[in-house]
Amino acid sequence: MKTAEIPDRKYHPDSSQALDEAMFDPVHVNEEDQEKISSPPLTAFQDSWLRLKKNKGALISLFALIAILLLAVFGPYMNEYTYEQTNYDAAYQGPSSEHWLGTDKFGRDQWTRIWQGTRISLYIAFLAAFLDLLIGVTYGMISALFGGKVDNVMQRIIEILIGIPNLIIVILLIMLLKPGIFTITVAMVITGWVNMARLVRAQIFKLKGQEFILSSLTLGASKFRLITRHLLPNTLGLIIITMMFTIPSAIFTEAFLSFIGLGLQEPHASLGVLINDGYQAMKNQPYLLIYPAIVIIAIMVSFNMLADGLRDAIDPRMRK
Amino acid sequence: MKKYVSIRLFNIIVTLLIIATATFFLMKQLPGSPFNEEKLADLSEEARQEFYAKYGLDEPLLTQYGIYLQKLMTGDLGESFYYKGQSVNGIISDRIGPSALLGTQAVLLGLTIGLILGVIAAFRHNSIWDFTTMLVAVLGVSIPNFVFAALLQYFVGLKWGILPVAFWESYQSSILPTISLSLIVIALIARFARNEMLEVLQQDYMVTARAKGLSTTSIIFKHALRNALIPIVTILGPIAVSLLTGSLVIENIFGVPGIGSLFVDSIKVNDYSTIMGITIFYSAFFVLTMLVVDLLYGVIDPRIRLADEKR
Repeated sequence: MKTAEIPDRKYHPDSSQALDEAMFDPVHVNEEDQEKISSPPLTAFQDSWLRLKKNKGALISLFALIAILLLAVFGPYMNEYTYEQTNYDAAYQGPSSEHWLGTDKFGRDQWTRIWQGTRISLYIAFLAAFLDLLIGVTYGMISALFGGKVDNVMQRIIEILIGIPNLIIVILLIMLLKPGIFTITVAMVITGWVNMARLVRAQIFKLKGQEFILSSLTLGASKFRLITRHLLPNTLGLIIITMMFTIPSAIFTEAFLSFIGLGLQEPHASLGVLINDGYQAMKNQPYLLIYPAIVIIAIMVSFNMLADGLRDAIDPRMRK
Repeated sequence: MKKYVSIRLFNIIVTLLIIATATFFLMKQLPGSPFNEEKLADLSEEARQEFYAKYGLDEPLLTQYGIYLQKLMTGDLGESFYYKGQSVNGIISDRIGPSALLGTQAVLLGLTIGLILGVIAAFRHNSIWDFTTMLVAVLGVSIPNFVFAALLQYFVGLKWGILPVAFWESYQSSILPTISLSLIVIALIARFARNEMLEVLQQDYMVTARAKGLSTTSIIFKHALRNALIPIVTILGPIAVSLLTGSLVIENIFGVPGIGSLFVDSIKVNDYSTIMGITIFYSAFFVLTMLVVDLLYGVIDPRIRLADEKR
């Protein structure tokens, strides 16, 4: 902040000037200047970005994720092989200039399969997180906005759903639905949205009681305006953070299902399928396990660190 | 309190009922059967009916459901379709030993290492110790437990040949699965202990303790740790869940004859009654753990009021 300027007479310590009465005049402060905003106002987004930039781990994670995302999009096209193209003469080849990360039991190119698998794993995770968000936010909003009996019933339902160990339900559902990208996503969403709904409901409840909502209501704001201008924007941070934590857990669930044999079927690849294949062959072909393992660990670590960083950046009070 | 517990117990019963119903009808919808279809087709009509009757499969669906629920009320999970002549209760109780051993060991190991890391990190805040602890915490939460287990099995078991990898023979067989299971426990507890300790260290009574000349050990154990650990029950829930899911894959990887591997095996052979039995067993374990955790929370820290008191 700028210091208020001291009027004319200045005190020089080195001059042998005697103290005069004028020196004891109060310094004038321009009160209007004090209220002046000295730097351009920041939006909530810019503010969070400034804080996120200071978090080295989160920033590195962000770049790592962008790199992985680009590889997932373009990686499969970087050599001449496709992910399902078999070549039995070239089965179980170690990494070479021909096949950068080697080949699997059917002679399929592992580089292509890894990035194809990453693409599918990320796709499932993003889709599941997005559906969680859609259902969870709607449910939480309705529950909090209507309150009373509606809220009561909706919360009883949530309490019961939360008591169900979701992985078990996911497993049972997939046994019924037959594994596939869509069914895996659906099975995860059926139990996954509950967390989002609870958090959104709690946040909206908290906001509803605050003064700015009351004043907005008094000024005659419509319900629609209230939701879109006040309630949702103030819940956005929480939603983003929750979603960032949902994505790695969806990646984990997908890989887990594939690992116990309930994931995608051949010739499709996902990180879980690749890790499972690699695990079967690890005794003689450890590279088949190690590369997909590195990719999934990198994705999980990056997402978790970025989510932590975002949580601190968006809402420093939530730091724990 | 009484009201709270009774509401929770009611919820638990409803939850378990829903799970039992859902699993029952899901299992009935599933394609494939645990029996050898070709052999069944060879049987005469009469013999086939007799066979179905033996498993109660000749009744209409709703009657089957009724019988199933009735048996469930008495704790009877029925007879396995795959392991002929064995009750699901019997199979589960045969298999519970290794799972319980692994779970207990993993919690103890995780608690010890997690606490040590967390306390050191808090006392040496922003030092290399702190950094390492946070790294372990992030890695432990991020690395999928089966990937960690597979890598452990490869390096420790196959490459260096230090510990047995697959068979459940001696105590040594339990070391690698325990470590795999405890990774996430270590991570959760280290992170938790660090953050709680950092908070406690700033309290006025810590200054008092130091000012009156207590030794560092006494400060750590009597004042800081005890207060920092009060909210630890809050992470018992997530820990129970991760142990439960962890057991599914890790027991499978290391060939542990526990409930987790039984569940996965039952899925592979379509042993419906065992799948249902374990699902209900797991769910009951899960909801009861959650109840105990929530009750403990209120008992240990009176500042936490149970949710319904102000409803």
